Amino acid sequence: MEHRALNLLDEALGLDDKAKVWPLGGRVVLVEDCVETTGSFVLHQVLKRCLTPQSPSVVVFVAFSQPFSNYDRILRKLGCNLAAQRDNRRFVFIDMLMLQCPDACEDGLVPLYEKIEKVTCGLAKEKATTIFIDDISLLEVAANGSSNNVLDFLHYCLTLTSEHGCSLVALNHEDIYLNTERPTLSLQLEYLADILVKAEPLATGLATDVHGQLTVLNKETWDGQGSSRNRICNFHFKVKENSVEYFYPGSRA
Amino acid sequence: MAATKTRSSSFSRNLSAVTYSQSPGLKYGPNGTMFISSGIPDLDKILGGGFSLGSLVMVMEDAEAPHHMLLLRNFMSQGLVHGQPLLYASPSKDPRGFLGTLPNPGSIKDDKSRSRDTNQDGLRIAWQYKKYIGEQQQNLSSNNDGKQEYCNDFDLKKPLERHFLSSVHVDCVGIQDFESLAALHDRCASFLAQVARTDGSISAGRIAIQSFCSPQCKYSNMEWHMLSFIRSLKSMIRVSNAVVIVTFPPSLISPSFCKRLQHMADTLLSVRAIPDEDKELAKLLTGYQDMVGLLNVQKVARLNTQVPIILEATTFSIKLQKRRYLVLECLNQAPIDGSSGTSYGTSGSCSGSTKTGSLDF
Repeated sequence: MEHRALNLLDEALGLDDKAKVWPLGGRVVLVEDCVETTGSFVLHQVLKRCLTPQSPSVVVFVAFSQPFSNYDRILRKLGCNLAAQRDNRRFVFIDMLMLQCPDACEDGLVPLYEKIEKVTCGLAKEKATTIFIDDISLLEVAANGSSNNVLDFLHYCLTLTSEHGCSLVALNHEDIYLNTERPTLSLQLEYLADILVKAEPLATGLATDVHGQLTVLNKETWDGQGSSRNRICNFHFKVKENSVEYFYPGSRA
Repeated sequence: MAATKTRSSSFSRNLSAVTYSQSPGLKYGPNGTMFISSGIPDLDKILGGGFSLGSLVMVMEDAEAPHHMLLLRNFMSQGLVHGQPLLYASPSKDPRGFLGTLPNPGSIKDDKSRSRDTNQDGLRIAWQYKKYIGEQQQNLSSNNDGKQEYCNDFDLKKPLERHFLSSVHVDCVGIQDFESLAALHDRCASFLAQVARTDGSISAGRIAIQSFCSPQCKYSNMEWHMLSFIRSLKSMIRVSNAVVIVTFPPSLISPSFCKRLQHMADTLLSVRAIPDEDKELAKLLTGYQDMVGLLNVQKVARLNTQVPIILEATTFSIKLQKRRYLVLECLNQAPIDGSSGTSYGTSGSCSGSTKTGSLDF
């Protein structure tokens, strides 16, 4: 069995936990980014980890922002063949780019949830589903601005995490809600998330060597004595075609 | 590919030097993408080749100045010169009249500041009498990235010659009268279907939507409708051979709505006018007299890749060379006393108060 060196992000997400087969099982990971720095590479990396031969996870990818071809190319460069995984039934891609639900959500989000539920419930016991949503703000647009419907949908997905040990990985854009008076959606999401990953540009602006910084808040890490505590990690990253470099501030020559 | 001659020097990057002989308006980019030209040679260079096919370009307007029209005009003209079908939507009363203001391709002669003088004369001939001279002159000089065919210089003082307009399918839509966006959506969909239908050779289409959220449109109070229109337009365009450029006035819409639009954009640009008599800014920048505005590149399309494109500079000055040609130049800060707080990132702010930074776009 090959042992790839875990990087800082993996450690921050708790993927180094040897006690569990799939450390992200039953957890909610929320990635937040902004216009200047996109956080989609975090999704790519977690997706790749999910689809390694060792992990028991089956991925349901709900795409709102990019088509399959985009992810296929990116993941292939990362060393993961999505088309093959799709044939193996470990990867289910749900293309929601054209979804429109103008009035009620009966015609949009409900069938989507049913699809996800079908995949999840049809699995063997030792398998677990990971649901990816690549852009919650676009889900909101598709639901015509009804954040209640979006929240309902997400709550339904969360019940799957508790019942079937699913995990949920979602991307949202933080800066959209900065000027809103009471950003219910964003606040609720942050509350529900077990792991919060924030991608931000450096305060000094963009650079070719450092593309930005990640702040990972991992709630409920068990420290061995049975009590839980939050763990915050902060590090810089540089995105490359076939990998992402993570390093602590100032640790690179 | 067949017409490529031996190039004189090999200093050009391979991907930019390869032009497709069948369709001069297209160029291969990285990651399986294709570029079409923005109509401004400098902007193509900045963006790494041009606008990617299948991408959504958004331009944030200056509320007080029509600088976005400069971008739109060159974009549309370039498409017409390449024989690419065009859909133009505008809130004006007479959208077709705008076609009369499109610039004609010309050439910058006697250019001292940039090293593109060598072949210009011959190139102009090659361009105008292309059918006689044939492909001899194509890909002539590689120090110009082989862009003569791919991207023209446009003379803003000469109107576009009529034969360009008559030979290409041009669709003009006035969006002022539309009650909802469904009609515009249908027009775009049918336009894209037409582009897709020509299967044999790869051809590209261009859609230009001007002043998308402007208040004279009847749907301008339906933010979610507008967002979902842009979203579905983006999904449509992703699977087609076309580029959409949408300009919108960010000051007229709510900040969160504006951020959403920015997130949806693949390539995000913003333009700003600069006031005539701003002593502070004139002291700060060299060549202030020639500038007509500032262009800010906030996001560059990253199709099929996760690597962000980090530009060396994001703010460029828009200049009119000889009052005819649109050129973009890096801002050169004049060497002055230690007011280092205002770097070129924030120098776009027009007034003396530079505190606002780039957030108020």
